[in-house]
This record gives sequence, structure tokens and C-alpha cells, in this order.
Amino acid sequence: MAMNKLDRNQMAARVARDIPEGAVVNLGIGLPTLVANHLPHDREILLHSENGLLGMGPAAAPGEEDYDLINAGKQPVTLLRGGAYFHHADSFAMMRGGHLDICVLGAFQVSASGDLANWHTGEADAIPAVGGAMDLAIGAKKTFVMMEHLTKRGESKIVAQCSYPLTGIGCVSRIYTDLAVLDVTPRGLKVVEIVDGLGFDELQRLSGVPLIA
Amino acid sequence: MIALDRGQRGFYSWRALIEPGLSMIDKQVASVADAVAGTDDGATVMIGGFGGAGQPNELIDALIAQGAKDLVIVNNNAGNGETGLAALLKAGRVRKIICSFPRQVDSQVFDGLYRSGKLELELVPQGNLAERIRAAGAGIGGFFTPTGYGTELAKGKETREIDGRMYVLESPIHADLALIKAERGDRWGNLTYRKAARNFGPIMAMAAKRTVASVHEFVELGALDPEHIVTPGIFVQRIVKVPRTATGPAGFRQAA
Repeated sequence: MAMNKLDRNQMAARVARDIPEGAVVNLGIGLPTLVANHLPHDREILLHSENGLLGMGPAAAPGEEDYDLINAGKQPVTLLRGGAYFHHADSFAMMRGGHLDICVLGAFQVSASGDLANWHTGEADAIPAVGGAMDLAIGAKKTFVMMEHLTKRGESKIVAQCSYPLTGIGCVSRIYTDLAVLDVTPRGLKVVEIVDGLGFDELQRLSGVPLIA
Repeated sequence: MIALDRGQRGFYSWRALIEPGLSMIDKQVASVADAVAGTDDGATVMIGGFGGAGQPNELIDALIAQGAKDLVIVNNNAGNGETGLAALLKAGRVRKIICSFPRQVDSQVFDGLYRSGKLELELVPQGNLAERIRAAGAGIGGFFTPTGYGTELAKGKETREIDGRMYVLESPIHADLALIKAERGDRWGNLTYRKAARNFGPIMAMAAKRTVASVHEFVELGALDPEHIVTPGIFVQRIVKVPRTATGPAGFRQAA
């Protein structure tokens, strides 16, 4: 049986399933943004955007774009009824102060102890840009990471120690990949689920650190 | 100036503030040139905005025309396209930029200057940037934040364990001038903003020796509901009305 590796939308749907009614959530730029498309309509979930929105709604309809109302990726969005605007210090107090329930971030690498690297490749000629990544990583009650299990060259993005510059130390609580869902525990990474057609041994072989079944 | 006269029972009377014809506070200036007049070479200038939203383009254009150089700019980004902050960079007026997210799809002006070594960059996590600005405005001498602990961006900074968690000491960022974009304002400098264009405006207004706000509507005192004023006038020194223009897209790759 061939393994059913998840595509980007399936990964987003899988993360969305774990976001409970009433949660306040920040979705990072890139892959995590897709989670918004999969949040169930019968659950009331508040999306926070670092640039001063709580109760962020879907993307603006074509022709209705208002570029004073944008998301963290600077794309035009909408505000739900009941939503609020606030300034940047309040917005980051919401993160740092532990008021957000969940944030979902992309990653280059995650270590077995939950260290996150997602802002900079560290290459000499790369122009660094950090944005809100470091505040988000350590601020929310739970930080979920969403990423492909392997790099394009087939190396595990789950590592013993991050080789890319760190975003935060020990901040990740759960990892969603195209192959598995893993919890960061004091004893190491515990496998919560594996995609159909892939066994634990196979997953272990593809992962850079020992996994707990 | 405001004349405060002693009332009969020994209290100061505020009649001078509400009766027309008496001397009064009026922070409105006639033009954007007047608004940025007196900016010195070497000044630290905070510029509001998150990408295009809240970026006071008219004030930036006036600053370019005013001619101050060797500036240190504080902004979330480092300019988009060729206008606004990007134009100020392109004009060669900026020595250093303090920001969180310089690299974007349309940050070509910054990228070129940075790669050629003509522009110094201090990269700050966005929440630390906001809090350092707020701290300056609030008279805080420094603060311990968990953000960035153990990362390159906290290298060399003092750290402390507080209740079992590690924190990094960060310092306030003060400015000589803040240029911010608001929506409505009155002659006392009270401001409201529009949607997510608020972003850094309220905290930058607090952190600068002189804050200049552009507004699209200049209203009579009392027209702004006191319950809804976002920036109280105490944080604003000059206010100028500029024509309303729609904010354009910036900072992301648009679908073809």
C-alpha cells in the first residue's frame, strides 16, 4: 500500500480539526494561512493578525479590497462583525502576554525539544527579516508547527539540534507534517498519528531523531 | 498660550480653553512643508505604517523636500516599491533603519542599499520594536521580554531568569520626530485612525519629541467622541490635513 502523503490543503485541514470552539488563533504567513480556509463554519474561532486585528474575516472579494484592512502578509482581508482594531503594542501584548490560545507557524526545522527555526537561513548574502515570528513562537499558549516532513533534498526537518538560526527555544508543542502529527514531550517526540500506508518504522527512518510510538 | 485665571474659589478656570476669542491651542499647520519644518540632519524619525497601511506618504514626501539627511528611520518595514519610505531611502537621506521586516517582494530600494553597504540595519523582532517604542513614550528605562531569548537577535544583551523563565533586557527607542497617518483630528491633536492603518501610529506618537500627524478630516473640538479618541492630543504637536487617497497594495506578490 502506498503512503497517502498529505498535500498542503490536507495538512491545513488536519490542523484546523484541532482548533476548538472559542479559540483565539494566529496563523503565520505562508502555509499556516491555508488553515483559515478549513476552519469549520459551525465553530466560532477568532483569528488574530499581528498588525492589529482580532476577529479577522476571509480575504476581501475582488473589487472590495481595502488596503487599510490587511493581514500580516499585507493582503486585503475583512473584519467579522464584533471584530476589533488596536495598535501594535496591544497586538503584541496579546501574544507575549499569553492571551492567544494557539499560533500556527511554518518552519525550516524543529528540534526534538521543541526549538524552532523559521526566520532566517543564515546564508551570508540573505537579507534577514524576522517580523513577528519570535514573539509569536514564545507567546501563544500553544505553538503548532506545520511543515513538510522532509526538505526538497530529502533531509528530515525534525532534527536533534537546529542548524538554522533559532526563532525560539522549547516553544513548539505540536508538529503537523505531511506524514505525521507529533507531540513535543519532556521525553521526546511522541507520534500522535501517521498517514495511511506509512508504518512507525518507516516514519522513524525518515525522521532525524528517535520517536516515541 | 493659554491664560489660566484663578476662579473665585481658588481653582483654575478652564474658560480660556472653551470660549472662542480667547487664546487657544491650535496644532494645525497649513502645509506638509510646515509640518516637517525644522527637522535636523541626523534626526531619529519614526514613520508609522505596516507596509502601505498607515504610511504617511505626504509627510515623507515633505521630508524629502525639506532635505534633512543622515537620518535614522524607525519603521516596521523598509519601504515598498519606489514611493513613500522607499523614495526617502532612494534619495540617500537615511543612514540607518531600525525595523522588523525589511525584505519583501517589493523592497528593491532597501535591498540594493543594504547589499552595497550604504545602509545600516538594526533588525528587531516586531513585538520588541513595538514595546521599545511604547516604553520610550511611557518613560520606561528598559524591560525584560521573553521574545528573542537564545537567538541571534538577543546576542550580547543582558538576560535574567524571572519566575523560572528567561528574559532579555531591551531598551526604549526614542525619536526626535514621528510622522504618522491618522484619519480624523482636531486642533488639540486628538486623533482617530482608520482600520488596520492604526498599527504603529499611537505608540510612535508617544515616543517622539515632536509628533506630526496627517489627517483626512480636520474637525471641530468636540466632534470626536471622547470615548473613541485613540491618541489623546498631548502626544501630538503638529497636525496637517491632506487629501484623501486610497491606500494601495504593497509588500506582497499579487496574482497576475
